[in-house]
Amino acid sequence: MSSLPPAAEDLFLRPRSVLLERIVEWTIRSSAFVVIAALVLIFVFVGKEALPILTSSAVHEEVDLVRMVAPLESGGFSWQPVSTVPKYSLLPLFLGTLKVTLVALLFAIPVALGAAIFTSEFAPQGIREVLKPVVELLAGIPSVVVGFFALMVLATWLQDAFGLLLRLNAITAGLGLAVAVIPIVYTVAEDALTAVPQVFRDGSFALGANRWQTAWRVVLPAAMPGVFAACVLGAGRAFGETMIVLMSSGNAPTVSLDPTESFRSFSATIAAELGEAVHGGPHYHVLFFLGAFLFVVTFGLNLAGHWYVGRLRDKMQGKSRLASRGGGR
Amino acid sequence: MSRWIRFVGWLFTSLTGLCCLMILAMVVIILGDILVHGAPGLSWEFVSAEPRVGMTEGGIFPAIFGTVALVLLMTAAVVPLGVATAIYLHEYAAQDSRVVHLVRLALQNLAGVPAIVFGLFGLGFFVQFAGGGLDALFFGGRLAFGQPCILWAALTLAVLTLPTVVVATEESLRAVPKSYREAAYSMGATRWQVMRRVVLPQSVGGMLTGAILAISRGAGEVAPIMFTGAAYYLPYLPKKLNDQFMELGYHIYVMTTQSPDVEATLPILYSTVLVLLLVTFGLNFTAVIVRSRIRRRLRQT
Repeated sequence: MSSLPPAAEDLFLRPRSVLLERIVEWTIRSSAFVVIAALVLIFVFVGKEALPILTSSAVHEEVDLVRMVAPLESGGFSWQPVSTVPKYSLLPLFLGTLKVTLVALLFAIPVALGAAIFTSEFAPQGIREVLKPVVELLAGIPSVVVGFFALMVLATWLQDAFGLLLRLNAITAGLGLAVAVIPIVYTVAEDALTAVPQVFRDGSFALGANRWQTAWRVVLPAAMPGVFAACVLGAGRAFGETMIVLMSSGNAPTVSLDPTESFRSFSATIAAELGEAVHGGPHYHVLFFLGAFLFVVTFGLNLAGHWYVGRLRDKMQGKSRLASRGGGR
Repeated sequence: MSRWIRFVGWLFTSLTGLCCLMILAMVVIILGDILVHGAPGLSWEFVSAEPRVGMTEGGIFPAIFGTVALVLLMTAAVVPLGVATAIYLHEYAAQDSRVVHLVRLALQNLAGVPAIVFGLFGLGFFVQFAGGGLDALFFGGRLAFGQPCILWAALTLAVLTLPTVVVATEESLRAVPKSYREAAYSMGATRWQVMRRVVLPQSVGGMLTGAILAISRGAGEVAPIMFTGAAYYLPYLPKKLNDQFMELGYHIYVMTTQSPDVEATLPILYSTVLVLLLVTFGLNFTAVIVRSRIRRRLRQT
């Protein structure tokens, strides 16, 4: 054995190698469980700080679930966690989150889907190879930079263009948010459209349909689960995005669905207030409760989105769901 | 009728083409605006000096230093874990097993958790639970790690960027031809020997891509580090793992929203944004090049 080159010698199994083999395999297996553990820990540790809202009587003196949803005794709904009589109505935050998400999706989904259809159905190869990196570039802009741009530049432009009363409103923030949503919707939708087999298109052309008829009547319906998944994943991103909304929403907790008014979202509330909330106090627990709520909603949206992506894959491969799980290779 | 059909087709094509142009315009406008306003303020002094006069003059060196230290710590944590997970998913586990399905599901959902929730998690788990636990065990209850600091911020970002590393590494593992593994196994090599001598050397590029993409993502995230270690202004650089630090993205956020005189700081602010963009895009660009090489090889096999 000593006559072999050192590298070849190592290839023969010695007791030491058997031990090494076991250690390595154990390490690798346990690291995979860390991934699952991370997700569980996020839920447990955010949930743990949110739980006193439901259980602690000390917290209940100031706030409980009913008071967060029902109108105040003084009438109306308001979010004023640091006033002498703290008020924790969730309605202003809910409406704020709702309107900014709607504005962002109303703008982002048509643009992203249109661009995805164009690149997969009409564009020559050259344009396709330009647009993909451009979308990656857009996705690579940090959200704090988008927030900065929306606050400093976009807000002024929109105010001048439409004569709005307030610089920071749901239109400004929604358009800023769209910058973060478009890349997700585009990528997932484009993947879905290109996954439609070429024979679908060939068949349609052979029957005399032109390109847009093929795109609209054949390719798009075939890719529908994936397109739907794109919208759901985009909604998840819009719902949870923090920095853009925090910087360009004006952060006024108004009870209004008017998109030209300032507002405050769930995520921005956490970011803006956690630094000043007394550790372990009712306000602190309310903010973690909002975090847990964000986590559960986005988790649900993601789960739904990826389920639709899986359905599209099964549909395209024409396999039963069980057989297609082999994926990966 | 046929003219009508042709008109609708033309309309449809140009509308969707317009959508592409809008995306292109967004990128050009945002990047152009920042480049035009930020470039004049860039100088060696700006990236190497301390802030002065309430941050209206001087440079941003502490923020750059803090960002680099943060992402290096993060990389040290996330790359080994991410690579090991990818190896498990692609090489060790049975492909149909329930565990693999569960790990993939966890990764997909981890990627969709809002950044601010990572911030809450970092505060609750790392700062209070892990940090508080360390203090009670090793420091006799004295405050050492039970406070926001660079270590906890880096670990929070590591959890956030884990899916990025796993996906990139797995893609490069897939690019290694199956026949290489079969040849090595047929010569009597064990699993780990095949991994270490044959597969991993072939997929270094993918690991590199994953690390670079993770750094680029981590360098731009602000929400997860707000409560886990970033500070508005510090007169010193972080030297120990339990020091707080200044960070580019957080610096931008605070200067934009809480500065008493935004007009005076605006030129510096623009230059800071430009530096952050140069860092993230420089890294992204490198990753794209490395990855396109891997994809080319993937197509060849």
